[in-house]
Amino acid sequence: MLIIKDLKVSIQGKTILNKLNLEVKTGEVHAIMGPNGTGKSTLASVIAGRDMFDVDAGEISFMGQDLLDMDPEVRAREGVFLGFQYPVEIPGVSMALFLRTAINEKRKYHGLEPLSGAEFLKLMEKRKKLVDIHSKLTNRAVNEGFSGGEKKKNEIFQMAMLEPKLSILDETDSGLDIDALKVVANGVNKLRSAENSTIIITHYQRLLQYIIPDFVHVMYDGRIVKSGGKQLAYELEEKGYEWVKNEVGIREEI
Amino acid sequence: MKKMNTMQESLTQNLSPEQTMVNLFKDHRHQITADHPEKIIQLKEKAIQQVGAVGFPELTTEDWRFTNVEPLFEVPYHYDFSNQSRPFDIESIFTCDVYDLDTFSVTLLNGWFVYKNAPLTSLKDGTLIGSLSKAMEVYPDLVLKHLGSIADITKPGFSALNTAFFQDGLFIYIPEGVKVEKPIQLINIVNSENPILTHPRHLIIQEKNTKLTLVHCDHSLTNNVSFTNSISETFLDTGAEMEFYKVQNKGPNSGVMSHSFFSQKFNSKLNHTSLTLNGGFTKNLINVVLEEQEANATLNGLYLVDGNQHIDNQIQIDHASPHCISEQLFKGILDDEATAVFNGKIMVRKDAQKTLAYQNNKNLLLSDDARANAQPQLEIYADDVKCSHGATVGQLDQDAMFYLRSRGLDKRAARQLLMYAYAAEVVNRIGIEPLRERIDHLVDKRLKGELSICDQCVLHCNSKEPAVFNIDMNKI
Repeated sequence: MLIIKDLKVSIQGKTILNKLNLEVKTGEVHAIMGPNGTGKSTLASVIAGRDMFDVDAGEISFMGQDLLDMDPEVRAREGVFLGFQYPVEIPGVSMALFLRTAINEKRKYHGLEPLSGAEFLKLMEKRKKLVDIHSKLTNRAVNEGFSGGEKKKNEIFQMAMLEPKLSILDETDSGLDIDALKVVANGVNKLRSAENSTIIITHYQRLLQYIIPDFVHVMYDGRIVKSGGKQLAYELEEKGYEWVKNEVGIREEI
Repeated sequence: MKKMNTMQESLTQNLSPEQTMVNLFKDHRHQITADHPEKIIQLKEKAIQQVGAVGFPELTTEDWRFTNVEPLFEVPYHYDFSNQSRPFDIESIFTCDVYDLDTFSVTLLNGWFVYKNAPLTSLKDGTLIGSLSKAMEVYPDLVLKHLGSIADITKPGFSALNTAFFQDGLFIYIPEGVKVEKPIQLINIVNSENPILTHPRHLIIQEKNTKLTLVHCDHSLTNNVSFTNSISETFLDTGAEMEFYKVQNKGPNSGVMSHSFFSQKFNSKLNHTSLTLNGGFTKNLINVVLEEQEANATLNGLYLVDGNQHIDNQIQIDHASPHCISEQLFKGILDDEATAVFNGKIMVRKDAQKTLAYQNNKNLLLSDDARANAQPQLEIYADDVKCSHGATVGQLDQDAMFYLRSRGLDKRAARQLLMYAYAAEVVNRIGIEPLRERIDHLVDKRLKGELSICDQCVLHCNSKEPAVFNIDMNKI
């Protein structure tokens, strides 16, 4: 589904990702872990199409197409979804209007008729149930005044509505209490299928107790330095990131 | 026989605009003051003297630094001072489509009150609605007691000009305790082949514990040149409540100078919203005096301008008594070479303790050539007050843009949604739901570039050649 080859990304001349390689196949769940400042969120943003970064080298293909050639909205319509680490508040725009516009833009792109108001509401109720979100978030303006937990739940709800092929969840677990964490994990598990893939970016192993990944990668200094199965997450939790550094023989640059 | 006179003739004689107007008044004194009570004639004489003596503001005049009125006087206006208040089937030039909002609708055509049945209607509860010129004739005492008492004609500006030349306008009187259920809608239309200058004058008197919703729509039927110089004087007695909505959707060649004066007594409430969707040149002056305790004034404004449009909102709030509250929120979206001025003055007098006064002006600039000038002014002479003001000029939030695009909205749709959201802060403050929905729809259309000057107010009009203004999304 997603193949990243030798990706090099910089911002204002400063290299953030360097020779990053990653392949995610359909139906897989990958976790990307690593200390702060190693480029995890940059990777998520670049896949989603944020234009503040410069892609200096490498390629990303998504379902066989050149992803880097697409505008962010085209990526979204093709099935890429980014769950934001810091979802943006948009006062004045209701969740319903926002999501209905998003869904209908996607439908239009795929040559489908737009959803009517009634159809949309029905879908919304169904998806709410699926991800077990009962709150009245949908009656409010997009993320306005939402608590940290509500914002993250809202990202999962949007993911459920948009039915992406590839979801990238950027630190979705940060700042969540255990109940919110369970809601988020439950949503991801419910939406998980043989047809879609998920990349979970996280700092801690905690979320991975609830969402069992197929692969775990460790990022350091702009690239993936170690990959393994789910047990790698436990090992990391136990031994810390220093262990990986020693393991793969990273020496601090002098 | 009608005698026509144009500004052009005077200009060729190298007269100043002030002198031209003074001469015009002298030449047509009889027609302009026809059937007016003696006291009004005296007021007019005084006003025209002021025009000659004080003159029109220049760019060096305080409060007018960013608004140049000179072009307004470079037009060869045609004048016709004959009485044009008459029965008129407004539906002959309008296709009305008032749904949801049930209003009592009145119309001014080129400054004159036109009507279906009678120039002045007396409702069962004693409320009077109709033509000011008729009211001067039938209820002179009521009119004389109020007219001209709060519209200051001493400063450089246009209120002296209006006072000298006004002949008609809207008159509303609400007797004590009456709550007018239906909103009253004033449709102010300019429809003339020749460029014209009109001076509508409105007088609204609300006695104790009354309630009124007034929707005032300024509208052009054509793209012809016009200049509307209006004054409204509103008196809110103890416990009176007023909701005032002003919708301006004018052609690019129109000038609007709109003065609104409010006098507020004990525990009265004013909720004023001005919505400028289009207009060539627009200056709104709102002047509120909180004369007695517990009076409350909320002024909201939204302006959406592009091309060469110019909008100036000048607000003056005078906290003359303790325990009053005033709140202002004015937001604008500017594209192309449009310019906006916000000039908000809050005066807190020495005895006006426990005053709460807030003011906020926010501007969203979509192009490098658009310009917004904010001039907040606080003058505080009391020591136990809470006052604040703020002004911002900014661009669309790039984080929000990316968030929306990452959900599948293209640039254009994302920008529209963000602009709509920006405007919503003002629109959502509109208390009457059908009106809010209607205005919400108008704003949405305006931002999508689908609004013509003929999509007016709460009505819907079919013009032969609708002019469409478009905030250009690609320039952001």
